Amino acid sequence: MTLEVIKPGLLTTLQDAGRAGFAHLGIGRAGAFDAPAMRIANALCGNPRDACGLEITLLGPTLRFHGDAWIAVTGAPIPFRIGGADRPMWAPVFVAAGSMVELGAMRSGCRGYLAVRGGFDVTPVLGSRSTDVNAQLGPLGGRPLRADDVLQMQPVARAAAKPGNWRLDPRPWFPEEAPATLRLLPGSHFDKLEEASRKLLFSEAFMVQADSNRVGLRLSGPPLEFGEPVEMVSEGCVPGILQLPPSGQPIGFGPECPVSGGYPRIGQIAAVDIPRLAQRRPGDALRFTPCTFDDGLRALRERERALTRLESSIAARLTA
Amino acid sequence: MADFRVEPLAEDALLLRFGDVIDVATNARAREAASALRDAGLPGITDVAPAYATLLLRFEPSIWDKGALLETVAKTLDPGLRRDDEQKNAAALPETARVVEIPVCYGGECGPDIDAVAEHAGLSRDGVVARHTAAEYTVAMLGFAPGFPYLLGLDTALQVPRRTSPRTRVPAGSVAIGGAQTGIYPRELPGGWHLIGRTPRVLFDPAHEPPCLLAPGDRVRFRPIDAAEFARRAERGA
Repeated sequence: MTLEVIKPGLLTTLQDAGRAGFAHLGIGRAGAFDAPAMRIANALCGNPRDACGLEITLLGPTLRFHGDAWIAVTGAPIPFRIGGADRPMWAPVFVAAGSMVELGAMRSGCRGYLAVRGGFDVTPVLGSRSTDVNAQLGPLGGRPLRADDVLQMQPVARAAAKPGNWRLDPRPWFPEEAPATLRLLPGSHFDKLEEASRKLLFSEAFMVQADSNRVGLRLSGPPLEFGEPVEMVSEGCVPGILQLPPSGQPIGFGPECPVSGGYPRIGQIAAVDIPRLAQRRPGDALRFTPCTFDDGLRALRERERALTRLESSIAARLTA
Repeated sequence: MADFRVEPLAEDALLLRFGDVIDVATNARAREAASALRDAGLPGITDVAPAYATLLLRFEPSIWDKGALLETVAKTLDPGLRRDDEQKNAAALPETARVVEIPVCYGGECGPDIDAVAEHAGLSRDGVVARHTAAEYTVAMLGFAPGFPYLLGLDTALQVPRRTSPRTRVPAGSVAIGGAQTGIYPRELPGGWHLIGRTPRVLFDPAHEPPCLLAPGDRVRFRPIDAAEFARRAERGA
C-alpha cells in the first residue's frame, strides 16, 4: 500500500519518537516537535506511540492514496479535505483507494501531524524513522518530502477501518493563545545576566523570527546582556535550551538542535511547554514565566498521565 | 568526594562538570566518567555524551528523579571505589585506546588556508605539515555535526584564530584548525575554521556499524599523502 506525494507542502518530514542514544557521536534526536500531537495522531490510527508519521509545517501537502487507508490529522488547525470534502481533525478518518488528501494553509500555529494506520514503512536509520534535515540524516536521506515521492505504508493486520462519527476536543492539546506564555527553568548562566536583562526576560514579549526552524526558534526582543562576557567551552545541548548568543537575541532550541554548543544558556523551556514552542510561527509573540525544575517535572508527569489516559480511551473507542 | 559539579539542564538532562577549560586531564576525566556510567548499564539512562569538560546525561524522567539519579551517579563515579575497580581490572584491562591513522592531502585545493596558517605561525608550508603530522591527537568529543571529532593535541605554533568570515560550504573530509582546536568535517558543512588539508576517509556513514570512524578517547595520527593518492582513495571511498 502506497501514497504518492502530489504537492509536498512547505516542509513535510517523516518523524517518529526520535533517535535517542547517539549524542556521544554528535547525533541529535530529531523526532516530532509537538510530540503529544504526533502521539495522539498515532493513537487515533491504532498505532504504537512511536510509529512514523508526517510532520507538516504551515502549508500542508497533497497526497494520493493508492489503497484504502485510515488516517488522522492533529496539531495546528489546518483545512483538511478528502476528495474535495472537508474532514475533521483529531478523529480517525477513512480514505478510499484513489482519493486525494489535501491539507491547506494553517490558520494558526505552525505544525501539524498526519498519521496513517500501520505507520510509514521506511527503513530506520540508526534505529529511528525521524528526519533530521539539519544533519541530513534519516529516511529519504534526511530531506523533506518532495513531489513524486512514493511512501510505503506498513500492512495492517486488522480489517480496514470503520471509524465512528466522533472527534477529540483539541483544546487541551492545542491551546489557542496569543501570546503564549512558556514556563522557563533557570539556565546555568541566568545569574550572569545583568539585573535589567533578568527582569526584561520575564516582563517583555519576544517575537518569533522568519529564520526559525526545527533547529531553533530565533526570537527578537529587548537586547539581553551579561554583566561580563561568559567564557565557556563547547558542552552538551538539549531541546528547550534558551541560548543567548552575542547578538543578545535568544534562541529556543528545537528537536534538531546541535548536541553541543558554546553559547551561554539563560534558561530551559519546561519540557511540558515544548509543544507550545513548536506551535509558534514567525511573527507570533511569546513570553516567559519563571518555573522551578520540580514544578516543571511535576507538570510533565501530569501531562504524561493525561496523555496515557487519552491513548487508552482512544484505544477503547477504536475497538468498541 | 565527588570531583564534579552538577548542573541541571532539563527535566530529563543533567550536566556533570569536571572543569571549565579545554584541558587534556579534564577531558580524560569526563570520558572516563562516560565509560564508567555506560559500563554500569543503568536502566533509563538514554544518552551519555562527554564534551571537553562536561558530561551530558539524559534519562527517562518517568524512571529517575534527580536525587536518586545523582546518588547512583555519585556511587558509580566515586573515586575511592573506582580505584579499587581499576586495581582489580588493571591486569585484565590494559590501555586500549585505538590509534587511527588519517591520510591527509595538505595544501593546494585540498587545503586552501595552509598559507594563511603558515604565515600566522611563521613557518613554511612544509613546516605546518611537519608539525601537524608530528603530534598524536586525542578525540575529546564528537559534536557540531554527526561524527565531527574535536581533537586535542594541536601544536601551539599552529593555533590560529578562526577566519573572520566563515565559509558557507566546507568540503567533506576537510582537516581544519580553529584556535586551539583541530577537527575533520565529516560532510559538506558551513564552517569558520582554516582548511589545511583533506582526507579521503569517510568519517560518518549511518549504514555502517559503528556509524562514526572515530569515538571519544581514540588517538589520531595524520599521515601526508599526495594529490594523486587522495584522488585514488577518494574514488574508492576510503
